[in-house]
Amino acid sequence: MEKFMYIFHGGSSNAPEMRSPEAMQAHMQKWFAWVEKLRKEGRYVSGEPLQPSGKMVTGKKKLVTDGPFAEGKEVVGGFFIIEAKDINEATELAKDCPDFIYDGAVQVRPVQKM
Amino acid sequence: MAGSENVQQLTGHLFRREAGKMAAVLTRILGSDRLEVAEDIVQDTLMKAVETWRFKGVPENPSAWLYAVAKNKALDFIRSRQRHEQIHSEIAKAIHSEWSLPSSVNSLFLEPEIEDSQLRMMFAACHPSIQEESQIALTLKILCGLSVREIASAFLTNEETIQKRIARAKEKLREEKINLEIPLPQSLSSRIDAVLKVLYLLFNEGYHPSQSDQSLREDLCEEAMRLTYLLIQNPVTKQPKVLALMSLMCLQVSRFHARTNNEKFISLEQQDRSLWNKQLMDKGFAFLEQASEGDDLSEYHLEAAIAAVHMKADSFADTDWNRLLTLYDILAQLKPGPIIEMNRAIVIGYAKSYREGLVALKKIQGLERNHFYHSALGNFFAQLEENDKALKSYSDALSVATTLADKGFLQKKIDEVKLTV
Repeated sequence: MEKFMYIFHGGSSNAPEMRSPEAMQAHMQKWFAWVEKLRKEGRYVSGEPLQPSGKMVTGKKKLVTDGPFAEGKEVVGGFFIIEAKDINEATELAKDCPDFIYDGAVQVRPVQKM
Repeated sequence: MAGSENVQQLTGHLFRREAGKMAAVLTRILGSDRLEVAEDIVQDTLMKAVETWRFKGVPENPSAWLYAVAKNKALDFIRSRQRHEQIHSEIAKAIHSEWSLPSSVNSLFLEPEIEDSQLRMMFAACHPSIQEESQIALTLKILCGLSVREIASAFLTNEETIQKRIARAKEKLREEKINLEIPLPQSLSSRIDAVLKVLYLLFNEGYHPSQSDQSLREDLCEEAMRLTYLLIQNPVTKQPKVLALMSLMCLQVSRFHARTNNEKFISLEQQDRSLWNKQLMDKGFAFLEQASEGDDLSEYHLEAAIAAVHMKADSFADTDWNRLLTLYDILAQLKPGPIIEMNRAIVIGYAKSYREGLVALKKIQGLERNHFYHSALGNFFAQLEENDKALKSYSDALSVATTLADKGFLQKKIDEVKLTV
């Protein structure tokens, strides 16, 4: 088994369906079911939500700025670490993410083995 | 973070319910002229929960998590505005001091205050200056956390209509400067009447078989009962008529699943009484007993008492028709109208004779387009074996019936009569 990172972009926030508390809860329930499935198969390692933006430290002068200020689809909402046989399997598993109907995207990145 | 072993399940309608609570509290904090700001904060708060919880699961105390986010958003709003704009609410004084602002916002997010805020919101949403249909729409939107789309489909209308009703209600709240408060003792009783009317209509919309989604209709009943129960929990609003309405709702809802089978409506006479929910029935009887303390006799008392007579009978034939007739006689005086008269006439038919029931039914005017009316005529004609007339009446009923459940019921009646011819 190898480790992969799912990086989640965009998603539900702007969908008109999300004006309904009931629909919001139902959508979240789909996420829980997905995580549970990954967990049962022994694939889910961890996951964290990220705040929309923070600070950037750049350059030799270690310049500190606010950011990044991503918009809509670009915003990284959070990440999972999962285990899979190879990149193909990891990509296949990512297709169960419930956010695609709301234009969400998942980056699947293999964790570089040392 | 809780429950990492099992699938995370949020209880029932957590979001919907918390949306209603937070909207009431936030409106109380920000003033009824900022209802929209309160709604936006609720929306943002729930969205933040979705965005966060989906990666890590539900926090140990989800409600407290939501309130903490909503509180901070409210504080941010107040701090960004207070120098320019006045806040018109009971915390108006506190907002000028950074010392007292957070604590007064905090205190309104405590459980007893949340209930109190919902009560106040109910009285504001059902304010006499707002039209009834707007009162209902606003109650569902603000207090029950239903979206415009959900309300529209529950009432079989379009979103635009509901949107307009809500907008008109909000306009009134602003124009009339309706504050979120429990009415003063001198007007309390009549203001409670207005709230009960809305809850009663809400309940009936959910209870009567219509073409809207079944689970949505059950939700309407559940919400109407939840809000009625809120009135009962507060000693000031726990009046006999409120208990009576609660009793009526319990008794009606206990028959919810015995009334239909495969989308077909089943009449009281044909219902399998063992399917009635015993627990809810007992609650209904208990509330009715409590409601009878005192001299107050409302239409809800009578309707609950009528439901109780039906439900205490072991079979349709065992129904105490004379007691029912007495109750209907009083109800007809208290709340005159053709529907009550129709029900009274039906009871006459069983208490005295089918012929007398028919005579009473025929006297009623204004129910030409009501399928229950024609169906009741058909029933008595069929009982008297006047089959041609029975067929005619059932056909009339079928021609004005709108729901599949009703049409299925009436077609069955027609087939039955045809078989006996």
